[in-house]
Amino acid sequence: MADLVAVLATTHHPFYYRTSQLPPDQAPPFAAEWISKIATYRETLTRARPDVLVMVGSDHFHQLWLDNMPQFLVGKAPMYDANWENEIREFGMPKLLLRGDEELSAYMLREGLDKGFDLAFSNELRIDHSITCPILTVRPDADLPIVPIYTNIFAPPLPRPERFVQLGRTIREIIESWPSHLRVAVIGSGHLSLELGGPRQFGPTGPDPEFDARAVEWISNGDIDGVLEHVTLDSLHGPGNATHGFMDFMLMMGVAGYQKADHADSLSLFHTMEAYFTWYPNPHLIDAPSTPGGRA
Amino acid sequence: MSKYLVNKFLYTVDRDHELTERYREDPAGTVAWWEEEMAGRILNCIASETTTWLSFTDAERTALATHDHVALFELGAHPFLTLTLWIAMFERDFTEPLGMQLDYAEKLAHVRMPYPDITT
Repeated sequence: MADLVAVLATTHHPFYYRTSQLPPDQAPPFAAEWISKIATYRETLTRARPDVLVMVGSDHFHQLWLDNMPQFLVGKAPMYDANWENEIREFGMPKLLLRGDEELSAYMLREGLDKGFDLAFSNELRIDHSITCPILTVRPDADLPIVPIYTNIFAPPLPRPERFVQLGRTIREIIESWPSHLRVAVIGSGHLSLELGGPRQFGPTGPDPEFDARAVEWISNGDIDGVLEHVTLDSLHGPGNATHGFMDFMLMMGVAGYQKADHADSLSLFHTMEAYFTWYPNPHLIDAPSTPGGRA
Repeated sequence: MSKYLVNKFLYTVDRDHELTERYREDPAGTVAWWEEEMAGRILNCIASETTTWLSFTDAERTALATHDHVALFELGAHPFLTLTLWIAMFERDFTEPLGMQLDYAEKLAHVRMPYPDITT
């Protein structure tokens, strides 16, 4: 069976890449600390020496649209082009070409369907910054095959938070039952409190620092029951009109289970709280010898 | 019922550099052309399969034709679509970093929760 070697849950700030490329005399004052935190976070994935990455993100109305919107979708392609023209225009992100793992995609789809999730799939998925930002931060060589999983946190009606947690648990079950010798890491990205296109956007902090602090505690402590007690589909409007992206963090809590994070870090920026978490479900596998025949 | 069409306008214009510039320079003309020629195009279908029943309300048409992001917000247009298109069109007009975004927020400062429903 495959080894689940790491679970990473992170924000995906599209300005990071451009900020990290600036010469020091042009960089904003928070850049050095941000880059340092990302370097530490990257090492948490490097240590796990994964062979394949399951990447959880959400399309920002780039490819998935209101004429045919899936709630949960698995990419099933040998390759994935990544980043869109309007992301390059606004964020200065590079175009990427990522390798897929069709075998794990097919297994994820079959098992997911059989476990009660009517997953959509795509043979021609173009990836956006919800997945490329984590690639650029924790695996900048972009050298590992991926299985992208998209969730709808964007176009109401949305699934409820419980469903995201359930999907996370199911993803873990599927990976741990995958008849493979490979080492799998799951990396998911979302938001804490966030407002976009509304009156509370781009303030000096995120729109709801109190929510952010509680969210960091819930995630750090693996407090699935606590978060489900306090977070509902309706309550997520309160901390900001884009805060439903927090449900992708809840999905990642489902993957990680009731376990304290092995790495938890955060950084308050001018309009959002960045946050980075890593779990090692099987600590004995970290820093162990490489997988025989691994594809990394 | 036509929030879908407003979002379809924002979505298609935001993704296409040429259309973005056309909408910046001639909002009323672009909206009129788009409603006539493009509104019925079903994305991912050939032109002969166009839909026949979609149109803007007068309020939606006016909001789009006047670049009125406040009215669009109040009508329930998806705020992410409106914001990203406005960044593409108007960020260049501000000298301060995030000046456009902060001006955008200030013009919505009177809005209180609950925000308009963005469900289409």
